[in-house]
Amino acid sequence: MKATGLYDPAYEHDACGVAFVARLDGVQTHEAIRRALTALENLEHRGAAGADAETGDGAGILVQMPDAFLRSVSGIALPPAGTYGVAVCFLPQERARRLELERVLEEVVAEEGQTVLGWRDVPVDSRHVGSHARLFAPCIRQLFVAASPELANDAAAFERRLYVIRRVAEGRAGLVLPSFSARTLVYKGMLTSPQLGRFFPDLADERFASALALVHSRFSTNTFPSWELAHPYRIIAHNGEINTLRGNVNWMRARESQLASELFGDDIEKVLPVVRPGGSDTAVFDNVLELLVLSGRSLPHALMMMVPEAHAGRADVSDELRGFYAFHDCLTEAWDGPAAIAFTDGRLIGATLDRNGLRPGRWLETRDGWVVLASEAGVLEIPIENVLRKGRLQPGKLFVVDLEQGRIVPDGELKQQVATRKPYAEWFEREHVRLADLPKRTTRRAPAEPLRRLQLAFGYSQEDMKVMLAPLAVNAEEAIGSMGNDTPLAALSDRRPLLYSYFKQLFAQVTNPPIDSTREAIVMSVQSLVGSERNLLDETPEHARQLVIENPILRDSQLESLRQVDSEIFKAHTLDVTWPVEEGPAGLERALERLCADADVALAQRANILILSDRAAGAGRAPIPSLLAVGAVHHHLVRAGTRLQAGLVVESGEPRSVQSVAVLIGYGAAAVNPYLMLATIGQLVDEGRIELSREEAEERAIKAVGKGLLKVISKMGISTISSYCGAQVFEAVGLSSALIERYFTGTASRIGGIGLAELAEGVLVRHARAYPGTPGELLPVVGLFAWRRDGEHHQWNPETIALLQHAVRGGGRQTYDEFAAAVNAESARRSTLRGLLRFRVAAGGAIPLEQVEPAADIVKRFSTGAMSLGSLSREAHETLAVAMNRIGGRSNTGEGGEDPERFGDERRSKIKQVASGRFGVNIDYLTNADELQIKMAQGAKPGEGGQLPGHKVDRYIAGVRLTTPGVGLISPPPHHDIYSIEDLKQLIYDLRCANPDARISVKLVAEVGVGTVAAGVAKSNADHVLISGHDGGTGASPISSILHAGVPWEIGLAETQQTLVLNDLRSRIWVQTDGQLKTGRDVVVAALLGADEMGFATAPLIATGCVMMRACHLNTCPVGIATQDPELRTRFRGQPEHVIEFFFLVAEDVRRLMASLGVARFEDLVGRVDLLEPDDALEHWQERGIDISNLLRAPDVPAGTPLRRVESQASPLGGALDWALIDAARCSLEDGVTVSASFAVRNVDRTIGGLLSHHVTKLHGRAGLPPGTIRFDLRGSAGQSFGAWLAPGIELTLTGEANDYAGKGLSGGTIAVRPPLEATFPAEENVIVGNTVLYGATAGRAFFRGVAGERFAVRNSGADAVVEGVGDHGCEYMTGGHVIVLGPTGRNFAAGMSGGIAYVLDEDGAFASRCNRQLVGLDPLEAEDEAIVLALVQEHADRTGSTVAARLLADWSAASFVKVIPHDYKRALAELGDEIRYHDHPVSAGGVGFVTKESEEAA
Amino acid sequence: MGKIGAFLNVRRAEAPERAPAERIGDLREFIGTLPLVELREQASRCMECGVPFCHSGCPLGNLIPDWNDLVYRDRWAEASEQLHRTNNFPEFTGRLCPAPCEAACVLEINEGDAVSIKQIELAIVDRAWDEGWIVPQPPARATGRRVAVVGAGPAGLACAQQLARAGEHVTVYERDEAAGGLIRFGVPEFKIEKRLVERRVQQLVAEGVEFRFGVDVGTDLEVEELRSRHDAVVLAIGSRVPRDLPAQGRELRGVHFAMEYLAERARVIAGTAPATISAAGRHVVVIGGGDTGADCVRHAHREGAASVTQIELLGEPPAARPDELTPWPLWPMKLRTSYALKEGGERDFSISTTRFDGRDGAVERIVWQHNTGSPPFDLVPGTEESRPADLVLLAMGFLGPEPALLDGLGLDRDARGNVAAARFATSRAGVFAAGDARRGQSLIVWAIDEGRRCAEVVRQWLDAGAGSREQPTFVSIASSRGTE
Repeated sequence: MKATGLYDPAYEHDACGVAFVARLDGVQTHEAIRRALTALENLEHRGAAGADAETGDGAGILVQMPDAFLRSVSGIALPPAGTYGVAVCFLPQERARRLELERVLEEVVAEEGQTVLGWRDVPVDSRHVGSHARLFAPCIRQLFVAASPELANDAAAFERRLYVIRRVAEGRAGLVLPSFSARTLVYKGMLTSPQLGRFFPDLADERFASALALVHSRFSTNTFPSWELAHPYRIIAHNGEINTLRGNVNWMRARESQLASELFGDDIEKVLPVVRPGGSDTAVFDNVLELLVLSGRSLPHALMMMVPEAHAGRADVSDELRGFYAFHDCLTEAWDGPAAIAFTDGRLIGATLDRNGLRPGRWLETRDGWVVLASEAGVLEIPIENVLRKGRLQPGKLFVVDLEQGRIVPDGELKQQVATRKPYAEWFEREHVRLADLPKRTTRRAPAEPLRRLQLAFGYSQEDMKVMLAPLAVNAEEAIGSMGNDTPLAALSDRRPLLYSYFKQLFAQVTNPPIDSTREAIVMSVQSLVGSERNLLDETPEHARQLVIENPILRDSQLESLRQVDSEIFKAHTLDVTWPVEEGPAGLERALERLCADADVALAQRANILILSDRAAGAGRAPIPSLLAVGAVHHHLVRAGTRLQAGLVVESGEPRSVQSVAVLIGYGAAAVNPYLMLATIGQLVDEGRIELSREEAEERAIKAVGKGLLKVISKMGISTISSYCGAQVFEAVGLSSALIERYFTGTASRIGGIGLAELAEGVLVRHARAYPGTPGELLPVVGLFAWRRDGEHHQWNPETIALLQHAVRGGGRQTYDEFAAAVNAESARRSTLRGLLRFRVAAGGAIPLEQVEPAADIVKRFSTGAMSLGSLSREAHETLAVAMNRIGGRSNTGEGGEDPERFGDERRSKIKQVASGRFGVNIDYLTNADELQIKMAQGAKPGEGGQLPGHKVDRYIAGVRLTTPGVGLISPPPHHDIYSIEDLKQLIYDLRCANPDARISVKLVAEVGVGTVAAGVAKSNADHVLISGHDGGTGASPISSILHAGVPWEIGLAETQQTLVLNDLRSRIWVQTDGQLKTGRDVVVAALLGADEMGFATAPLIATGCVMMRACHLNTCPVGIATQDPELRTRFRGQPEHVIEFFFLVAEDVRRLMASLGVARFEDLVGRVDLLEPDDALEHWQERGIDISNLLRAPDVPAGTPLRRVESQASPLGGALDWALIDAARCSLEDGVTVSASFAVRNVDRTIGGLLSHHVTKLHGRAGLPPGTIRFDLRGSAGQSFGAWLAPGIELTLTGEANDYAGKGLSGGTIAVRPPLEATFPAEENVIVGNTVLYGATAGRAFFRGVAGERFAVRNSGADAVVEGVGDHGCEYMTGGHVIVLGPTGRNFAAGMSGGIAYVLDEDGAFASRCNRQLVGLDPLEAEDEAIVLALVQEHADRTGSTVAARLLADWSAASFVKVIPHDYKRALAELGDEIRYHDHPVSAGGVGFVTKESEEAA
Repeated sequence: MGKIGAFLNVRRAEAPERAPAERIGDLREFIGTLPLVELREQASRCMECGVPFCHSGCPLGNLIPDWNDLVYRDRWAEASEQLHRTNNFPEFTGRLCPAPCEAACVLEINEGDAVSIKQIELAIVDRAWDEGWIVPQPPARATGRRVAVVGAGPAGLACAQQLARAGEHVTVYERDEAAGGLIRFGVPEFKIEKRLVERRVQQLVAEGVEFRFGVDVGTDLEVEELRSRHDAVVLAIGSRVPRDLPAQGRELRGVHFAMEYLAERARVIAGTAPATISAAGRHVVVIGGGDTGADCVRHAHREGAASVTQIELLGEPPAARPDELTPWPLWPMKLRTSYALKEGGERDFSISTTRFDGRDGAVERIVWQHNTGSPPFDLVPGTEESRPADLVLLAMGFLGPEPALLDGLGLDRDARGNVAAARFATSRAGVFAAGDARRGQSLIVWAIDEGRRCAEVVRQWLDAGAGSREQPTFVSIASSRGTE
């Protein structure tokens, strides 16, 4: 599929299930194939199907060469195994073309001196494939190639030659060769997991044998899965996503000119380009890994280079290994992003996990010599007696099975072995230079100009000083804003914004998780390197000759050290990035050409640090926009193949914000010296505006920008600056394709825009303000953050706000019309893309207004935005809910729960949001919803989490959120149960169980590729997708996020509609949009672009009295809306009637427009892009080269393809085990009698207990049933989300093991998981339950006899749990409850933990070093604690038969426990002391881990 | 940003006034400002709104949140810089403007709670003068172009100052003997001391503005000659035709337009003219409830009138903001007790004057009847009253600019009789208009704003005419200079 309209296949994502089996003794059996295929089938729920349910996204298997089988079926006389290779070919069905390609391949084989033995048709049974897949099915044939005599005895050389043949053939004729090796073979296709084995009869043949098999089931967001994109690739199968791909590809391309290998010799030329264009991230990764391996590195070595673990500051990493990583940092940047990569070269098989452990993997070893690894446990039924041990993939760790050695090689041993192959640590230590070690230099000169001149020339404004710079220096934090962004897109602004503003930060949503750069700082790194890079395929001490820059934001003195560096190794050269003003705008292009030429000269003179400096800017010279200079030089050098000879450093007066520095680095700068920003901060100090020393202020500002930078990269899921450098994770909005193509190659830019000339004019205009300028000229005001009369345009301004308020308070239609006219005519046209459109009347012409659907129906399509109780006052929140219920629309709880008192009346919010913090999300909340909305991102700060400070968490808010008053609450950036698209599918399944009647919605924010994500959402069984614009959003957020992340909804919605329609997925999902919607015109444009429904947030708030103070984060809202201050809340004057009036005025406005368009029914508006056209009467945007025709592109689909939702999603609950549980519990549900029963379970039985809990809650409310009413014993491996949302009164005891997300949202029930009695392995040393267990649990108890994975009890707010060991990030973001860990913990324990208590058995005394003590203290146990721990450990022993517990109880000593308690929580408990106390058994049906005296008395 | 939450803890404080009994004994200003320390507290109440309605409510677009914050932070010199960025004469507006900014202040949603903006403005500028921060700003270069400004009221002065600072040679023609227009000859000394006006005029002179007083263009200087001597002409001649009262007895002695009385008082106080109209010992009736009327009332008190009565045609407005008519942030149509009446006298509303009775050609009594309070002001039967009145002052507003000069130049008028000049340019090339002459009678803040914006238009017109078109991009920059 090619790009069409806004759809571009480049933005497809995939994720999946992956598994392998291997026999340690290396004996080839067919059993390995059978087991692998069974595992694959049991992972089917992790894959996906498209609109045609029978067509899978892809499945495949990679095996050792089945020599015996091939020998007997090929009919070819094969030479000995290992001396022939097999090319698996995907060929066109068309005969002539096929023969042509076959001829080419044979020709290349011959050219390379090998012998063609013959072809074999791979039999296929096309009954077992979907109709869509059949349409694109290739002809699959295998070519047998014999090794030439000189290669017959050199397996590695033969493998290399086959690789060369493949690369040449791919390059020459576009051949598709899924594998070509003498060792391995791949079968794969556009299949579902169960289809794979049936489609390829070979795989069922008993003679088909291998000692290992790697399988993969694919879930693609892309709408057009292809045969080729199925996994496995030649050496890997991958689950996850590479976020830094664009940069990795560019850097790889830059490296090509230096590639040299003794092994390849001249052949290296033939394999270029290394990265095959158009491949998926996995394919690209495979390409590079393959090259590294074939050129002589071992597979583990190559993986350690490409996916290094986080090693900074770790005591448990050896010096050699640390040195290995440091050395290899000099060779290549990391490929960063969540990834579980399973790999094999036919001899080793294994898997590795990204540094943050963001994908799951569970393994086990049997007594009879098999190893099984899979995305989840239980994919194969293995008698428990046969299990030797169980484990999980761990962050950054390698799991490797060596079939030659016949054993699992431990990570430490393997890495140490690799790390000591050469003296890497010594090489690095000897050769590298740290910036801090360079001789100190004083600043070359103070600016000769008055500072204000330079500030004017670089476009500084008064706001920059006050809103951006002063807070950076004072608070060491970027400033916070709120209420979204209602200013024009940079391209539409009359104020010639700086180039940075045209770039929108991309962010992770759904297909990969953003990272919490604060709480998970252990994985982050800001270090960057400059210097000349050397041949990637070689390794010498000289490779380490790099200059290490610890922080990419340089002070002036550091830049001078760099500039004056002069040694054999380092040579800096300063390039002037200014141009003579008298050359006018035309001079810019010449200057860029000259700059690139100068860079070439500098490189020729062996400079390896290029400083792009605009210090020469002054009266006669204007500065080239620094980003343009970086982009120009970077891409010029990439193209020239010389990019790796030097690092780029920017010395510029222009950057002054997080965004500006982020973009510079994102486009290739290794470091930035923002000299004018630093000088300006100095000036603010001198003027007394910052009461700090210059030194301190500068220090803080640099720290703040660094922190902001980490936030920007982490929202894309990237954790190191060196991988971010050049990764180009931005979308341009409003720049011409010529400009992008030349200077920002590869960046998405979808609406065209300005070019060099306009940029140059902008620079010259600013320059003219400074030179000659007027004496005493003040800096411009600008008014970007707060409205100013002569400043930037704001859609919400005094006029529009007052008119709207007057309209809903008696002004009526006439005032509304004035409001709408002001918004539509003026604001929209000057600020938004929709303003550039006009309507076209349908063929039949206008119709009378009476024929148009009534307003009362139209308003049902409206909802209010997700604004939590907590961000809004109770009064404001309830006013919106009442209004929406009265008109039949929907209000949204936001991320903050809802007071159960509201469930029964008109204050109930129909939409209950489920966000990353899961505040207030329990089974009662979920059961009482009409719609459950999964918030993946929010317009104000996509990819970021949030924080509600303790002082805002009053008794009421805490009660609703099921947390403790006075304790701050943190929402993590990602949902910790959604790291990929198949995880989202699982959460949707969980929510379906929790409330089968609610529609499930997924909220996304517009960015490039959102359409493919939305397609994935549709394939995940959601009913509804919300595309939010970047500009809406009311929440508090760093200003760089408000201004620079995401794109307008018009683009995101159009892309979504086009993608969904193209794939025929639109028919089964509702689409909603929001973001600065205000008038009937906005609604109609949204409908025509594809929205069924519309969301409004700011406008209804304004109707209730909001005056856009934009101080929501300060708790001082003077109109009582965004505040919890009791006095201010009394000032709230909004009434539901105001909101109702607003929506009816809008709906009536919609009706008039519909009448004029000739459309009677609203549903007939949806997707009718033919009723829109660019408004040619407006000139300003056309002059700027903006082209919105792609927005209006109707997808090319068969007539009658639905443009709106016409059918519902198929229910996935049909086969759920819970129906059996419900049957068994029937009398408990009805009469409350106790019941117990037993069930066998498998890994495909997901969310066990969820539906049952829904039924309990529906009948018995929040209190559920009395403890122990329903007791079920389960046996086997439970699927994901075991015991999710479990309601009070239900006890599940699982004998076996559980997967990820066990106890998710636990709501009062009890879970116990234990190994079978027959198990022979020590339970406490083996994994019993997966990752992210008890996420968002609110009440209840859980006992796990064994070790849990990463992120145990993350965001637990009230459950009590006992476990015998946990992985990294245990108890992260926890706010309540008790967690007892009777064994070792991983790193970063208690990060972001603000409430609750953990008790860790710390027998070796090593716990403290693994605990993140930012928020918590470590105390000894007091008597009260001891009682809690004793009781829970006793219960653990009773329920699980734990030997650890038994041992402890037998010889009780509280001394070996450490109490982990957050400082905040401790203080809150002390403050609340009189009113609140712990239950000795702190479980309450209400889910709150504490009771107040008051409520106790009332009870 | 002011102090977070200060508006909850600090109450609004009004500007201090001298006691009425004391102040009527002299001619000095009687409204002051709080001590600076207290003003900083008042300024801390400003919330620096995301949408500052005060800034929008101010016709000048004063950067109110910006200078409030600076005052709170004790950075008075910078505050003065910010204040002067949009306002040429803050010491005039800080004394005379009715402060629509305060009516629009977000805190005023709770009526009576607005930030004391006007007082802060006044304190900033008074301090700036005291400290010597306000100095002439002569242009860096002269353009060599000549512009005439007719009228030295606030619009004319603002326009002249803006043009002069940009390097134009400006000549101001004023028919009176001194500059200031209504500020000098209408507004009483005790509201703004005339030395303050003179101080500002001196600054203009130092910046290169040339003043020609006593020159009545059209009489003393031919309009065509004026036009031909200058590259551009700006008319800032005000709206000086008073509305008359066509009642029986209007012709009697002792019935005067308010401006006759006020201007004479100004000259008497300045010692440049003898008194011919006196309120001393008389029963004074002021017809018209506006500011001009109030000024008459106050002068009458200071002259020692026997009684003072102020009557108004319109009905009595409500005491609080009528939200159904003028909701926040609109200017509220509500009752304001002028400080004049605090000094004594009576006031009544819904009064239609029916006739004046006189003896010997001099007015002796006024006869009126109550009306319905709103148009068409039907009389209420049986409400006829009569009062002694030996000085009647008509303060019923102004109808428009005096016609002679406009007709002389052949300029188009708009429907209300003002100069038609939609974007300051009149129907005649090179002739511009600003202030009340263009927009009708209005506030001093509007006058200054008009003068400033007209100056920009004049400069653009001159630039275009001077063949500077080769750099069209720079024109739009010039237009937004200063506040961008």
